[in-house]
Amino acid sequence: MSATTSPPAGATPRYIGQAVARKEDPRLLTGQGEYVDDLSLQGMLHVAFARSPHASALIRSIDASAAKELEGVRAVLTGADLNGDAHEMKSSYEVLIGSVGPVLEPLASARVKYVGDPVVMVIAESRAIAEDAIELLEIEYDPQTPVIGYETSLANETLVHPEMKTNLASVLTSEPDPALDRAFANAVHIVQETIRQHRYINVPMETRGLIASWHSGRGEMTFYSATQLPNEFRTFTTRLLAIPENKIRVIARDVGGGFGQKAFVGREEAAVLLAAKRIGRPLKWIEDRWENLVSANHAREELVHVRIAFDADYRITAVFCDHEEDIGALPASGTSLTTGQMVGMMFPGPYKIPHAGYSTKMIWTNTCGRLPYRGPWMMETVAREIMIDIAARRLGIDALELRRRNTITEADMPYTSATGMSYDRLSIDRTLEKVAAGIDFEAFRIEQGEARAAGRLIGIGLSHLVEPTAAAGGSFGIEVANIRMQPSGYVDVYVGTGNHGQGTETTMAQIVADTLGIEYEKVFVHDGDTDMVPFGGGSGASRTAVLAGAACHAAGAELRGKIVQLAAHYLEAAPEDLEINSGKISVRGTPTHFLEMTEVAFKAYNDSPSLPPGMSPGLEATARHAADGITFANATHACIVEVDPKTYRVKVLRYLVSSDCGVVINPAVVEGQIAGGVIQGIGGVLFEHFAYDENGNPLTTTFMDYLLPTAADVPTIEYAHLETPAKGPGGYKGVGEGGAIASPPAIVNAVADALGMDLPSQPLSPSLLFAMVNRAPTS
Amino acid sequence: MSEDVEVRLTVNGDGYRVRVEPRKTLVDALREDCNLTGTHIGCEHGVCGACTVLVDDRAVRSCLMFAYQAEGTSIRTIEGLADADGTLHPVQAAFREAHGLQCGFCTPGFVMSIVALLDENGAPTPQEVREGLSGNLCRCTGYQTILEAVDIAAATLRATSLEATR
Ligand code: FES
Ligand code: FES
Repeated sequence: MSATTSPPAGATPRYIGQAVARKEDPRLLTGQGEYVDDLSLQGMLHVAFARSPHASALIRSIDASAAKELEGVRAVLTGADLNGDAHEMKSSYEVLIGSVGPVLEPLASARVKYVGDPVVMVIAESRAIAEDAIELLEIEYDPQTPVIGYETSLANETLVHPEMKTNLASVLTSEPDPALDRAFANAVHIVQETIRQHRYINVPMETRGLIASWHSGRGEMTFYSATQLPNEFRTFTTRLLAIPENKIRVIARDVGGGFGQKAFVGREEAAVLLAAKRIGRPLKWIEDRWENLVSANHAREELVHVRIAFDADYRITAVFCDHEEDIGALPASGTSLTTGQMVGMMFPGPYKIPHAGYSTKMIWTNTCGRLPYRGPWMMETVAREIMIDIAARRLGIDALELRRRNTITEADMPYTSATGMSYDRLSIDRTLEKVAAGIDFEAFRIEQGEARAAGRLIGIGLSHLVEPTAAAGGSFGIEVANIRMQPSGYVDVYVGTGNHGQGTETTMAQIVADTLGIEYEKVFVHDGDTDMVPFGGGSGASRTAVLAGAACHAAGAELRGKIVQLAAHYLEAAPEDLEINSGKISVRGTPTHFLEMTEVAFKAYNDSPSLPPGMSPGLEATARHAADGITFANATHACIVEVDPKTYRVKVLRYLVSSDCGVVINPAVVEGQIAGGVIQGIGGVLFEHFAYDENGNPLTTTFMDYLLPTAADVPTIEYAHLETPAKGPGGYKGVGEGGAIASPPAIVNAVADALGMDLPSQPLSPSLLFAMVNRAPTS
Repeated sequence: MSEDVEVRLTVNGDGYRVRVEPRKTLVDALREDCNLTGTHIGCEHGVCGACTVLVDDRAVRSCLMFAYQAEGTSIRTIEGLADADGTLHPVQAAFREAHGLQCGFCTPGFVMSIVALLDENGAPTPQEVREGLSGNLCRCTGYQTILEAVDIAAATLRATSLEATR
């Protein structure tokens, strides 16, 4: 069936490719958004959690008597009270791939494992009263020596989870490969270094939160949630509460960003669901910023021991990626077993590398648990791209030239990497040339020489990536669209996504409007309510355009087919002779002889005797789409920075992105995704660092210490897009994560170039940069 | 806990009489007692700017002010910006045109800060805009399109005031 691959013949795209104004904006711009904290239910109570002040401790006793007596307090629940109500605390991903480590508990019951671990839940008439009550709790701890620092954790006899007998959560290694060993043995040059990344985190501007409401008469749980994955939250809850999925409704109205953080049900959220069922009054929990920073799960603390083998012409003959990651004490359910494997499999990235091997270790420490953050496997690009620049510096070849020599070209397509990733329809060499030209390397080198002579330190950095988007696997690999043309001729589209800033209501409407041949204004996209939409994967993993887009194409094509058939019947013409333009259906060549789509829609529901024999009434179509492997996209970033030789402050002077995400549905949405990701990466390298002291005390628990980039810190991003359509429906590729993946090494490489030294560790805050420069051997 | 106090607030021209604890912040009073939930809370410690409102035409972080301190002032929030007929304020319209928002959570705070900024200085330099907005955090947009929106809004506002003086 070719019907699903593109808008049918006769449908000229009017909206796809245009930066149409977003459907979401009128409400969000006028303060009429409905984020979870904006909602209130009759009789609603408020929740606050008492959290562990210790990185590791045994809970000796909890005395809640004074807290319970405070006026306005309705309940105080400990792990002993509540945990037994939890039937099963598992994400679907964990059910699918299995798990390591202890079973998650809603509240810590015997042992706390990081600072911020939830211990007691207080339910009161207001959040302020609940917080007052927390002050009255007497919790006695027996502090234990914590395990801090994943690089030493494995040698440590102290254990994060004593019952696990080790601090090594998992280890995965590629198959032994004698050819790989030979390639290293025969190498002319081998470059090796350990590349480290520090802990930095998602930080959506809206923290996590939910309102849970149990209806005992119906046996129904309704909860409003700031979630990226409404359907997965529902499935999780059916396991948690052991009630039928049909009795659970998850509603996400507007959601204030997530970047992965809102893709997993947190332990606190599970606790609120359990307590709401027990107490029988609606409960609201809105995380405060301190809680969000210390306990909403963390990311990015990892390293790779990289080894690259080169031949005499500086062509890469083999790589080995030996990865280790700190997953904290209690990573989000099902998330920390196989991500490291993605780091190894994606490590060859955009380069022609005949042999590759990897190993990955996930390591427990007494810190906040890990969860996926925008490009959860991105250490492959960070380590590889920093390493390419280090190799160039050590081998005495230009970093651009080294990339050129090794880059996979369009002529190589389709290409299968040494780790088995199959690439097709990529423009890897062309994005590299686009940024090389756009930033003008040769001219920069001259300018750099002059600047150095004048005492200024400026540098240039490149970063090059192939991005896996919309991968098959788990419910993230499927999506659904149900399209209904109503009797008025207006169209409702129901998708399983969880829009939290991506503009899904806009982009999916663009696709459906073009597919049906009607006005964008007549299409309304709905997601985020499990009573309204069929099961779909949600929003994350750069999947919406590719998978929801494909489902919209397929369902739209089917619906259009029916509309055309019906119109052909009324116009007494052959269906293949009809065309649709702006909601008018006519015989090709006779535009004055037409039927309004609204008439057809009206008749489909109200005049069933007039339908052709055998045709069902109504206008509706549903399509489910499963990812076909991975849809790869590619991009190259280049930037120029200046380092202040006195303060070591880094200023980004230019930032250029050439990205190829296939057919662009809405350029403003695409650029928004790239820009947001790039600035998160710049923030990660230059400003953000979630730090612990040696006792596991978090040091960056407010926005005064955990520094996000501001408008005063960011460069103006320049774009040079390419559009190489993907094979799948519509030709779309994902673009949500690449910006955040490629920008950190681009910045690191530029700073290293400015200073003329290797910078294998981050962050590059002024003080750490100063320390690195002054520690480095003089060359 | 101390006794609730009665506070009279004027928000977007409407009078509200609310009974709140003395420790209640202005942002909580706006959201919970005046039912104006367009003003958001991103940190409650004065850094993110999501709670920005205008108090006597000055941009203020409503998480750092107690509700009772706002008595007798004139408060303007995001809900009071568009015309009664729904026509967006030039700053809101510019955000729409420039795609200056993604999740929209930071947006009301930005819009109010920009209204105050452009009120004070109708033709800010790019550096003045960036510095003027450095008290508002956005995690989605990377600020690119917000800065574009400021340029568009400034141009519209200049054109309108030119028109008015003609
Ligand atoms: S909530 Fe007021 S500044 Fe962040
Ligand atoms: S648009 Fe999401 S935080 Fe600014």
